[in-house]
Amino acid sequence: MDNILRSLADIVDETHVSNRQEELFIYSFDLGTAEPRRPDYVVSPESVEQIQAILRLANRNKIPVVPLGGGLSLAGLAVPLKGGILIDLKRMDRIIEVNEKSRYAVLECGVSQAQLTSYLEKHHPQLTHSEPGAPPTATIAGNLMIHGQGDLAQPYGFNSDLINGLEVVLPTGEICRLGSCAVGSEWFTNHPLPDINVFLGWYGTTGIITKLSMRLFPAKRIRGTGQFVVDNEELVPEILFKLTHTQMAEDIIAYSRAIPPFSDGLQHITVNIAADTEKELEWKQEILWDDTLGEYIRNGDGAYLGFTMGLERPQISKTSDYKKGGGFEYVGSIMPIEKYPDCYRIGRKISEKHNIPYTVTGRCVGVGHSMMFAWTYAFNRAEPDTIRHAKEALHETDDIVVELGGVIWKPGIYGQKLIMERLDPATRELMKKIKKLLDPNGIMNPGNWDVK
Amino acid sequence: MYELKFNIEKCLDCPSQACLTKCQYMNIDSKTAKNEIIKIAQGEDSFVLHNCVTCYACEEYCPMGNHPFYLIVERQEALDCAPVPRPLIKRAIKLGIPFRGEPEIKPIDGPALNMGAFSELMPLIQGKLFENIPVISTDARKMFHYFCQLMYLHYAKSSVIKERLPGIINTIARHKPTQLICFHDECYGTYASYCPAVGIDVPFEPVHFYEFLFERLMELKALIKPMNLKVAYQRPCSSRLSPDKHLFVNRIFELIGVEIVKRTYSDENALCCAGTIQGQRVEGSRKRARELQRKNIEDMKKAGAQICVFNCPACFQTLGRIVSENGIKPIHMSDLCRLAIGEKPTGWR
Repeated sequence: MDNILRSLADIVDETHVSNRQEELFIYSFDLGTAEPRRPDYVVSPESVEQIQAILRLANRNKIPVVPLGGGLSLAGLAVPLKGGILIDLKRMDRIIEVNEKSRYAVLECGVSQAQLTSYLEKHHPQLTHSEPGAPPTATIAGNLMIHGQGDLAQPYGFNSDLINGLEVVLPTGEICRLGSCAVGSEWFTNHPLPDINVFLGWYGTTGIITKLSMRLFPAKRIRGTGQFVVDNEELVPEILFKLTHTQMAEDIIAYSRAIPPFSDGLQHITVNIAADTEKELEWKQEILWDDTLGEYIRNGDGAYLGFTMGLERPQISKTSDYKKGGGFEYVGSIMPIEKYPDCYRIGRKISEKHNIPYTVTGRCVGVGHSMMFAWTYAFNRAEPDTIRHAKEALHETDDIVVELGGVIWKPGIYGQKLIMERLDPATRELMKKIKKLLDPNGIMNPGNWDVK
Repeated sequence: MYELKFNIEKCLDCPSQACLTKCQYMNIDSKTAKNEIIKIAQGEDSFVLHNCVTCYACEEYCPMGNHPFYLIVERQEALDCAPVPRPLIKRAIKLGIPFRGEPEIKPIDGPALNMGAFSELMPLIQGKLFENIPVISTDARKMFHYFCQLMYLHYAKSSVIKERLPGIINTIARHKPTQLICFHDECYGTYASYCPAVGIDVPFEPVHFYEFLFERLMELKALIKPMNLKVAYQRPCSSRLSPDKHLFVNRIFELIGVEIVKRTYSDENALCCAGTIQGQRVEGSRKRARELQRKNIEDMKKAGAQICVFNCPACFQTLGRIVSENGIKPIHMSDLCRLAIGEKPTGWR
């Protein structure tokens, strides 16, 4: 056993550390197109103290460290580009507290979306959280790290806007708390202390989030999805504007895709509505479909497709079935909603060029303040040529996002480079100083957000 | 191109104009009805074309064996006044496009049960009632190769039906069925009513699902235990194309010992599930659909129905939840028949 492995085993015990190739292999890739790279060690801690000890060990030996949640970013964000120690955080999965009256939950970093959903359904059925369209094993902390959005994005914005506080282990091993938990034991607000949160969106390059407090929201008794369809993409921004004006929806998503054929060339708009009574539901439906969108129905430009009880999460993963060999990756962007028509047309064009059935999705974030627009490209894992096409399509899309004035969401290495090239020099310099201050040896998830 | 066999003389000779005077969604007197149907037959515009909810019922009401509903749909298309918005029509047309490969054709040379575009409902044709009957369109990925297309009557698109249907019939014919038992009575209506009305050849004998169920139940009569339930029957729009087969509803109910409750909206007066109405262009259509559904279900409740029996899967999808929320159990006819012979359908509690 080498010295590092022995030291890691001393921290977490022998059964939760490995350098066996078959286990390293599992941690060498994600589900997207990024090139695989094995870590040298994988370790699975169960406490903050163990994480502190691992980071101190890594710092002493200048070994790269990559924190991993559910490993579902698709953009290769937790692929250990420079090897080192991969920290699998899934054992840190305690739901520490749910404060029902103040509507928040304090969680360890390995708690998954499904875990919190089922816990709330069982113990606090009047509360819910903003669950993303990611697979249920995606972690809450991982989603925050990439500024994810969930199915309450329309009223409440990005999930990272819903944080009440964080506990972070710095690269040098110290524990740091942000929010009300930094001055007392309560985790009910992130404000009003001086803002020093430099951990979100950094992909673990400035520290490892170990605990978080997340805002919860009223879970209405009835939740369901209504659908509207138009055949002119130019109408989508104004429809989204009108729908968000009503402030009656929990989630608004517009999409178009080549498969199945019924969606090809059409823009579907799904609107999640919640209500406590049938009366409230009918009132909201009347305002949304009859009053707000009635004019499109009457003049024949838009159609109401009906309302279905229960929520169906966005299923971009179905795209992986478009080609044999089931692979897909997408470029996400944060865009003004008025860019929807351009984004749709460009998506079709790039997809057609690379012989990939197109899939585009735009989710309202905030009251129409922006949208997360995603272009998804399917590939066959067994055919290098289709992977190459998907990769090229992804890069071309990254370029387009920047050209359109959007911001690439959870960019991979290529997208990070594009952003860095365009970043305001003073901002870049500030990032550099922060990075140097927090991670003097540059051990944290190296290769990501490299500030030269 | 296939042409609708519609005889305007029959309308001129018609003593009742029942096609429009009996319409449950428009209030039309006899004189107006005659004027409007003649206008439509002559290719002129009519308020009927704009207000028709496409419930198919006028096909049944017509005492002259003409085809008023098929005519209305043809005129809606010709005059570009479809009852539903344009994107809904485009979506529906694309919905029927097969995109998951070609079907496997195995010749049967005998009777076959055709699932049409409802391959996902294979659980509804399990058990003794369906033993030894070959089934076609069993793969949901390929089901649109068997899609009868008649749904496009709701979308003012007779042209799509006429364009695609011969290919669908050819696919089915390649299985060499002598008789085609149609799981969905819209398929039966297509082959037994629509095809003869527009001159499309059908090289097999269509059999109504309920006729098949009744005969099978007769064979298994010894297994039937009277159910002593009070049921309401949700009659679908497509059954208006085969009113001669509607008698099998009562025959089956009698055989399995269920009592069909007496209510206002049954048989000729049955109300549409309103699934199509909610998406129509006429102002207030969504609310109107909700009101019709409420009226329909209140009628079932008032009559004391414990069970609502569905024929059409689309009606089930539209009304099933609402029926259930009102304390009435929704069930498909085939599952009810399975219960009657002592089988327990999936999901039945």
